Amino acid sequence: MTPSLVTFSLIAVYSAMAVYTLAFIAFTVDLAKRSSAAPVAVAATTASSSAAGRATALLERVVTDQPLAAGRSRALKAAMALTTIGWALHASAALFRGLAAGRVPWANMFEFSLTATAIIVGVFLAVQFWQDLRFLGAFIVGFCLILLGLASVNFYVDVIPLPDALQSAWLVIHVFVAILGTSFFALGAGLSVTQLLQARREAGRGGPGFLATLPSAEALENLAYRVILIGFVFWTFTLIAGAVWAERAWGRYWGWDTKEVWTFIIWTIFAGYIHARATRGWRGSRSAVLAIIGFSAVMFNFTVVNLFFKGLHAYSGL
Amino acid sequence: MSSSRPSDHYDSPEPIAQPKLGVGGYLRFFWRQLTSMRTALFLLLLLAFAAIPGSLVPQRSSDPNGVVQYSTENPDLYKVLDWFGVFNTYGSVWFSAIYLLLFVSLIGCVIPRTRHHFIALRARPPKTPARLERLAAFTSRPFVANTGTADAATAVDTAARLLKKQGYRIEVFDDSVSAERGYLRETGNLVFHTALIGVLISVGVGGGFGYTGQRVVVEGQKFVNVLGDYDSFNPGRFFSGDALDPFRIALDKFTVKYELENQDAIGQATNFTASVTTTEPGSDPRQTEIKVNSPLDIGGSQVYLLGNGYAPTLVVRDPDGNVVWTDSVPFLPQDANLTSVGVIKVPDGLAEQVGMVGFFYPTAAETGSGALTSAYPDLVVPLLTLRVYTGDLGLNAGEPRSVYALDVATLTPVAGKGSDLPSLELSPGEKVDLPNGLGSIELTDVKRFASLDIHHDPSQVWVLAFALLVVAGLLTSLFIPRRRVWVKVVAGSIEYAGLARGEDPTLEAAVEDLAQKHAAALSLRLKS
Ligand code: HEM
Repeated sequence: MTPSLVTFSLIAVYSAMAVYTLAFIAFTVDLAKRSSAAPVAVAATTASSSAAGRATALLERVVTDQPLAAGRSRALKAAMALTTIGWALHASAALFRGLAAGRVPWANMFEFSLTATAIIVGVFLAVQFWQDLRFLGAFIVGFCLILLGLASVNFYVDVIPLPDALQSAWLVIHVFVAILGTSFFALGAGLSVTQLLQARREAGRGGPGFLATLPSAEALENLAYRVILIGFVFWTFTLIAGAVWAERAWGRYWGWDTKEVWTFIIWTIFAGYIHARATRGWRGSRSAVLAIIGFSAVMFNFTVVNLFFKGLHAYSGL
Repeated sequence: MSSSRPSDHYDSPEPIAQPKLGVGGYLRFFWRQLTSMRTALFLLLLLAFAAIPGSLVPQRSSDPNGVVQYSTENPDLYKVLDWFGVFNTYGSVWFSAIYLLLFVSLIGCVIPRTRHHFIALRARPPKTPARLERLAAFTSRPFVANTGTADAATAVDTAARLLKKQGYRIEVFDDSVSAERGYLRETGNLVFHTALIGVLISVGVGGGFGYTGQRVVVEGQKFVNVLGDYDSFNPGRFFSGDALDPFRIALDKFTVKYELENQDAIGQATNFTASVTTTEPGSDPRQTEIKVNSPLDIGGSQVYLLGNGYAPTLVVRDPDGNVVWTDSVPFLPQDANLTSVGVIKVPDGLAEQVGMVGFFYPTAAETGSGALTSAYPDLVVPLLTLRVYTGDLGLNAGEPRSVYALDVATLTPVAGKGSDLPSLELSPGEKVDLPNGLGSIELTDVKRFASLDIHHDPSQVWVLAFALLVVAGLLTSLFIPRRRVWVKVVAGSIEYAGLARGEDPTLEAAVEDLAQKHAAALSLRLKS
């Protein structure tokens, strides 16, 4: 219980928020610049064919790389640099908080928001090594900024020791994996929103100009699908780990507690999303809408269910 | 739109409109509809939607008091919702109907797909397509065969060996190799879906063989796992009494740690530990602990620490000083500082039957209005106050009576509320006289009690095993690529092509890699 560490943590949070704000502005400038650039639709090339004589379905080859021009934008580079700095501050805020409490920093709403947003931004940064998803920067950073602001203003609580039921290795595993899942769902939602906009544009119904510099709707859909699959695996694990923990702590592995219900609902929606991709007439925009509904349910579970619903998971600390 | 579906997906053919469907025709039509992917999707989304109402209103199973409160606050709405079974959503007919239909659909889906998959598992890789350059992943390397057909054969043979080493199933043709891998992907998918059925069956059927029971044990006392020793007991549907394993649990000591340093949380309990001695038939007694997050595993059951409180030990004597009654009585906690209420019944040995309602304050303090309250949950200034009643306790009437309730309406108050005398007050070690010369009562000790929850659920391990299979199947089906690859020698070059079956983001890299490795291996072989 070291007050100075708590103070450090808060200073780091506020600094991170300031840097994120700048990053958000830079991301937006980048999008605006892309909009004003000549809308050369070089985004994606698709090539497909079917195997001779066999009714084999193909995964179409989709080039997901963006045109180089967008990648060289100075604003985008600045935005990524700022996001990385903000994230370093943000991660140390979570670290200090954990050190101050002498345990993992996700035992109440404030800490959970703090750590979850840090992991979401972290996943966003890490994913860049695999795929250039920098165009989601405004969405991810903006989203985390709002959550972080809400958390430090409305959810703040001082460090207090853990209630008995929370003292468990499962708190570490269950919650951490849930946050990882949430991060990938967040990326998936961002991609799906972009996909919907892109599909509109491709149908000739207009939209913001920067879309011309982004991958095609189909490429976005494939990216969203991959990201969401990873999220889904984490979420499945969260569900099981939660049940194991509930069995240890409450003496039953499943009891339809509100939080359990919502975790189940989210899981079912994303299982639906995966099926939608294999169902006639559900590929494309419809499945994108499911992905967005799924992520909204994740957010609902975290905010409204934690704050206003009654249940055993009453750990918001408020 | 065949290209928008995963190639391994097996769906029933579109029902063809027939002029007349007989009963059999309708059944077949209905079955096809039910087991179609579209229906599965619809039912999944419906299930998600149907689960929502149960999270909005209290449920009988988890929050019965909440339901009662709801019915008094919104009596009209309550009637409507109750008619729909919303207070028991997850056991309601409509909710069950949705998931049962979903699982019937699932079974109807898994069986034909399994059959298909078995056939696919034995099938040889297909003939090499005529024009490889039209495939999704394609690359070629120049290759000049200097001694004609012999070199082409070496190239094909090298490719075949390479692919085999990479885990492909291969089929060699004149001038080409056809290879396929990743059958595990579909296996994983089938394991995943089958394991889901396993989870449902273990939960639904297996749960019926178990039981749950509760028992309050005071320090120094013990509990024996027989039906008669439970305070309450809920058997599953298929439970039979002889399934109880006759172990014993003696509570030696119950300790609670309180937060003393953090100013924001003084008095918050941070650790509860029940130190127990367990005895199982045929083995030596064993000393162990039960904590909130670590139940005791014994005799195939789990014993959870569910609650705790104080049990004052009282001795009642007649006017001559003979002990007529003594016991440690568990008092039920009423607030976070463990103000507790308990009932004492002394039916025999005194001039009249005596009943008492006791209030116990572990750290007694006075509120502004002068009423007593507890200011801290640990024993700092313990105080017991007793209201005393005389009259017929009704114990002989043969009706079961709760040990935690005293029906004071038919009794005469002789001390405390309703009488002329104040309540009796006792600190540990003190002895006071009962009113009307009935005798005396002494508070000899204050012990703690633990309330234990004993669960026996033989299906639990099955649920876990199937859940782990779900994860294993999921990982396999999502991350193992299923692909076909061809290597073909044509005039002046060797062509490499790949075809994904399902999601396969690394296909192109794999084909590129194959071309590189093959070229390297081939030049090595041609040199030697
Ligand atoms: C309890 C209900 C169900 C759940 C929770 C569920 C869940 C899932 C999940 C998570 C996947 C993706 C992982 C994998 O490929 O193994 C999947 C794929 C699949 N499911 Fe289900 N499923 C259910 C019912 C059904 C039913 C009834 C059918 C048949 C009509 C079905 C057919 C399929 C098919 C064909 C795939 C492969 C799709 C693809 O590769 O994109 N599922 N399911």
